[in-house]
Amino acid sequence: MSNSLPKKIARHGIFYAGLIGIWSLLAALKIWPPYVFPTPWGVWESLAAGFADHSFWIAIAVSMKRMLLGYGLSVVLGMILGLGVASNKFLEETMGGLLVSLQSLPSICWLPLAVLWFGLTEKAILFVVVMGSLLSVTIAMEDGRKQMPKIYKMAGRNLGAKGLQLFWYVLLPASLPFILSGLKQGWAFAWRSLISGEMIFISLGLGQLLMMGRDLNDMSQVIAVMLLIIGIGYIVDGLVFKALEYRLQQKWGLAVS
Amino acid sequence: MTPKTSIQARVSPVRSLETVTRRSTGAAAGLRPEVVRLHHSKPEVPKISLHGVTLSYKTNDGKRLIALDNIDLKVRAGEFLCIVGPSGCGKSTLIHLIAGLHFPTSGQMMIDSNPITEPGTDRILIFQELGLFPWLTVGENVEFGMKMKGIPKAERQEKVRYYLQLVHLAQFKDSYTHQLSGGMRQRVALARALATEPDVLLMDEPFAALDAQTRDLLHDELERIWAETGRTIIFITHNVREAIRLADRVALMTFRPGKVKREYAIDLPRPRQLEDISVARTVRDILDDLREEIDKSLKEQYGEEVHA
Repeated sequence: MSNSLPKKIARHGIFYAGLIGIWSLLAALKIWPPYVFPTPWGVWESLAAGFADHSFWIAIAVSMKRMLLGYGLSVVLGMILGLGVASNKFLEETMGGLLVSLQSLPSICWLPLAVLWFGLTEKAILFVVVMGSLLSVTIAMEDGRKQMPKIYKMAGRNLGAKGLQLFWYVLLPASLPFILSGLKQGWAFAWRSLISGEMIFISLGLGQLLMMGRDLNDMSQVIAVMLLIIGIGYIVDGLVFKALEYRLQQKWGLAVS
Repeated sequence: MTPKTSIQARVSPVRSLETVTRRSTGAAAGLRPEVVRLHHSKPEVPKISLHGVTLSYKTNDGKRLIALDNIDLKVRAGEFLCIVGPSGCGKSTLIHLIAGLHFPTSGQMMIDSNPITEPGTDRILIFQELGLFPWLTVGENVEFGMKMKGIPKAERQEKVRYYLQLVHLAQFKDSYTHQLSGGMRQRVALARALATEPDVLLMDEPFAALDAQTRDLLHDELERIWAETGRTIIFITHNVREAIRLADRVALMTFRPGKVKREYAIDLPRPRQLEDISVARTVRDILDDLREEIDKSLKEQYGEEVHA
């Protein structure tokens, strides 16, 4: 298949048009009632209405605020933890193992504990988001720190960098290519944790809109919000992380895939 | 004993191409093994002095390996010292010690009259693999040491410009290092080291990976920069020709345990041409001494059947 941009767009266009066509057809056949199986047009109307009455905007803003706070916190904590684990043999053996085993626990399992600790507050949601992504970031940081070529640390020390300076100006940028995929994974986990948390623990946000759609038997809204969640995930991944990756590859001279 | 006139010329703090040439042409013999160290005749503190530096470590099978054995070495301010030895003789380890990146098992290392206990910007090492930071531009790489020192931005910018001009890379200030050729990267590393304005430049086989033409060019540039900046240089190489092309003095190291076997004062006029008969003769004399060590090193690596 050729890879020129217009042809690529054309292929995607045909695929999605086909998908929507089949969807419309199924909906038009009225096999299921519309509150179970909405039409594409109904979903579109829900989307437009949601943005028009600002409820979608508010939900996005609330969810993104939680994400940024929670993810930001787990990046900072994860870097400190990861560095600690990577630079200490004892911690590496003990905590390293614990971290890996904890990662098999779905983050939503932390919600009951969080509610008991923090009550039905923002803190409980934040806690779940942090627990969702902290481990990925920690493990990525630990790996990155180990994979990073030692020469950079030596060169940094040799040029007079020490302590925090060494970390900030040398260790962190030098390990960034190795931790970027972990940071991305951490973001994805945080996003999943947030939405599941918001669905159970109802207080604004996209997850709550999803549940509201269910409560109102409004399948169009449910699907509209799902599309929104996919869209935001895609935008962050495609724009923020891809751009970051691209910049790194440009700088480091790695092959651009 | 070294002739008195020669001593005075050598310790002269002024360094320019003229003095370099003048003081070198006076010497008739190209080579004087077992040179008498200058601090004996003049109570001057050497720039760098190593006394009884030993480094040993346990190998995986529990044996104790002596990498460096009782090394005594003194380097005068402004001197260009080359350390030559077969691969595996510990010469890289030695220069890492001087840089303060590792610690010796025993012995003393001093710069001026201060013990060396950690890396310091008074001596900058240029690594064999350079260690340029790929996430920074050429200019930012050169700026790095100054930034760590807390030098104000305007002054840093000015010095970046100056040192990049010195290595003829001014127009590549905003490039990333992977966009440059090997020889250019080498020059960035040189500019980065010089920009922190160290008294001592430590170079660990910096030109080993380059093609012969580029290396020749960089020899010329390094000699010029050394003359212009008056730095003390300790230069590690396994290449005797390179050592004689550049050095005031050559120290030959033995293979395992690493010791200084012999020192040679190289009193040939600069700039030196490798084709010159006096240069070629000096090279051959040192090579003869080195061959023995290379044989030892090869036998260790490939077994007894090898004859170099």
